[in-house]
Amino acid sequence: MLGDGILKGLAETARNFAGSFVSKERMTTVEYPEERLPLPEASRNFPFLVYDGTDWEKGLRCVACQICEKECPPKCIYIEKSKDKKPDYVGKPQIYPAKFDIDISVCMSCQICVEVCPFEAIKMDTQFELATDDRFGGLLLDRKQLARSNEYYHEIHPTEATEVDARLAGEKAKAEAKAKGAAEAAAAKAAGAPPAGSAATPAAAKPAVPVDPKAAPATKDAEVAKAPVTATAPTAAKPVPGTGTDGAAPMTPEDKKAAETPARPSEGEPKA
Amino acid sequence: MSFSGTKTEKLAGWNRPPLIDTDGEGELLEVAMGPHHPSTHGVFRMDVVLDGERVIKLKPVFGYLHRNHEQLAQGQSYLASMPYTDRLDYFCSLSNNWAYGLAVEKLVGQPVPERAEYLRVILAELTRVQNHASTIGFLLQEMGASGTPLMYAFREREKILDLFESLTGSRMMCNYMRFGGCRVDASPAWLDATRKVVAGLPAFVDEFERFLMTNEILMARCQGIGVLRPDLAVNAGISGPMLRGSGVNYDIRKVDHYGIYDRFKFRVPLGDHGDIYDRYMVRMLEMRESISILNQALKDVPGGPVMDPKAKIRNFRPKAGEGYGRIEAPKGELGFYLISDGGPNPYRYRVRPPSLINLTVLEDMCLGSNVADVVLIFGSVDIVLGEVDR
Repeated sequence: MLGDGILKGLAETARNFAGSFVSKERMTTVEYPEERLPLPEASRNFPFLVYDGTDWEKGLRCVACQICEKECPPKCIYIEKSKDKKPDYVGKPQIYPAKFDIDISVCMSCQICVEVCPFEAIKMDTQFELATDDRFGGLLLDRKQLARSNEYYHEIHPTEATEVDARLAGEKAKAEAKAKGAAEAAAAKAAGAPPAGSAATPAAAKPAVPVDPKAAPATKDAEVAKAPVTATAPTAAKPVPGTGTDGAAPMTPEDKKAAETPARPSEGEPKA
Repeated sequence: MSFSGTKTEKLAGWNRPPLIDTDGEGELLEVAMGPHHPSTHGVFRMDVVLDGERVIKLKPVFGYLHRNHEQLAQGQSYLASMPYTDRLDYFCSLSNNWAYGLAVEKLVGQPVPERAEYLRVILAELTRVQNHASTIGFLLQEMGASGTPLMYAFREREKILDLFESLTGSRMMCNYMRFGGCRVDASPAWLDATRKVVAGLPAFVDEFERFLMTNEILMARCQGIGVLRPDLAVNAGISGPMLRGSGVNYDIRKVDHYGIYDRFKFRVPLGDHGDIYDRYMVRMLEMRESISILNQALKDVPGGPVMDPKAKIRNFRPKAGEGYGRIEAPKGELGFYLISDGGPNPYRYRVRPPSLINLTVLEDMCLGSNVADVVLIFGSVDIVLGEVDR
């Protein structure tokens, strides 16, 4: 009969229409932005820089090796190396990025920077609400805007972050076993001059100021010199440097920071 | 819209020869369909010459989405081209990844672990299902079945895209395969979720068939329209469902046995008449065959690594030579041709896009049909402009 097929199709539509009121899995509308679906753990959207501890500038894992800059397909990363060095998570002095910009209007979230990074320093974010009305400055993120803590990384990619932490802890344990004697000597020295460890505080107070690579050594010296005078009170709440040097404890961020701090005065001291 | 003859030249403002020479007749009409026409699947233009409602000449005009894909790839490392291949046919980024990965693997003789091969087959067949479902949805939308069939197709596609997102991190720009394997391993939970989605797919195909396959309006609009003769299809290098809709038995999964396709049992659906309805049905049946491949592949996914441990990601410099990797992408034969001179980037990088080559017979299929049929014929070719223009 002519029209049979049409009727059959309409029956299908009717079944779907009725089903959309009854079946739970068919009610798929989510009223964004009040309601949000949880993102899958693997989801990725624009990279960020991981830092350990609480101070983004001191804790950045990036050592400005510029591999991601070279491998980035659309070339959206711009890195300037620092002139001086700061200790990394194993306490080895490394250069750091004096400038690390990502133009997210160019970035295509392909994750290649994450894959090629040998230092686990750059990871993918899940933030997607990045609309801005400033299309020049607003989409060019500098290293302060890119910095996210390790805890944040754990929050968005828990499995991956735990693996990364275990790997880093292994490397750190290896490095520590190697340089234990040296570290202890440094810790003993640092214990003699406790306020020097608070050099982090002034830097944290004005993190927005990008470090001028030329002036960096000079300002650093000035900060270290000023630190005992200006910032003794805020340091009271901080863990005393030199107490957490044993690497046997699990890698909580405080431990990491504590493990880093003794190395810092040893770097600052010859300059100060 | 512009009239033919001298007026056209004045209006266009440049020395374009008119498609037809109708001095003083004024009866033929030259219409530019597109690039903003909603039925053109992106930015594509058809310059159509009409005699009343009948098409007497058709010229495809493309290049609006040209992004310099091949030249970009020649200036970059082999790895850096991988995310760009996602953007060729953005409906089937995983197929594109596989074709490019296969070309590089052939170039350097790189083996691929068993588990990665299985994952590739699973992902490619999922891609085929979602591509065919949405192609049919778009085709029906252009036929006037506004919205509903397309939304049914997209409801199913959504489930598959969710799987892609939870595995690769992205819904469409997956960037998942690498030379010598895949980027990340699939968890058992992911495989279970995939099994669940695949188990629901036959019901969807049944529903879709009941929904419109025997619809009289659809049959009246599709059958006998846009016929592509098999000899023309072969001579023009057509591939994919277009070619099989014309009755030519050519499926690269069967011909080439790339990957591990020789281990799976599946049939190749063929059309009889080469019209729009046959292409529609070939896609419908291919979805069923894909589901059967998926069931076979998901039954025994082996363990092991997903990446060859010897494979290099950075500092990748293949020896001088050439390689051509081709796969049966949902739209046809997708091939990547690479020439290496031993440097870090390819000396020549060439894409053989199925969409572009399937588009070359558009005029032959459209001549003599009505304007409304042009939209359908074009829709049944199944193109993505990202791949046509590159």
